[in-house]
Amino acid sequence: MTDKATIIVHSGDMDKLYSALIIGNGALAMGMEASLYFTFWGLQRLKKGGLEKGPLSKMNMLGLGKWMVKRKMKQAKVASLEKLLKDFKELGGKILACDMTMEIMGIKKEDLRDDLISDYCGVGAYINEAKDSTVTLFI
Amino acid sequence: MAVIKVDCTGQICPVPLVEMRKALRKAKEGDIVEVTGTHSSSKKEIPLAVKAMSLELIDVIEDKEGVWKIRIRNVRGK
Repeated sequence: MTDKATIIVHSGDMDKLYSALIIGNGALAMGMEASLYFTFWGLQRLKKGGLEKGPLSKMNMLGLGKWMVKRKMKQAKVASLEKLLKDFKELGGKILACDMTMEIMGIKKEDLRDDLISDYCGVGAYINEAKDSTVTLFI
Repeated sequence: MAVIKVDCTGQICPVPLVEMRKALRKAKEGDIVEVTGTHSSSKKEIPLAVKAMSLELIDVIEDKEGVWKIRIRNVRGK
């Protein structure tokens, strides 16, 4: 059986989304399977046009901190979140969307980037993935 | 047998690793993937990934300017 990484993306902060996508891509690149389970604030980032909308988790300063960090990232040639998400899918990564979050936050399937989402599911599906995983993270 | 060249010069984490994997997924059994880059951690991590996937690391060459070239043979077609 292939090793697997399962990551809960709870935060919608830009820097934390970077962490989740970089780790997910890293796992796939090392020959593992990987799934990202988007819930709560994380799921907001899967809304159409929402990927880049997250603030910085620290020193956001009403967006000024985020703007400065993004500028630095561009200079350092850090890949965009969009590229990381596309690569994650291309390498066979699974994206799961929490249906309870959709219910309580009034998010409809058509609000989300449906083409990227492998499944809409609950905790059972997550546990089913996580129980066979060698790496599990909550971000 | 084909040689697939991947240029990751100037790219940083996790791009060289990801581009290597993308190329390997497209490669046929026996093909060689040649990754060129400047990110020093990737030079160490790509061989780790090659080992984890039980592929064949042909060689790792680095010049004086810090540009490295890693050649991988896709032996298992993973």
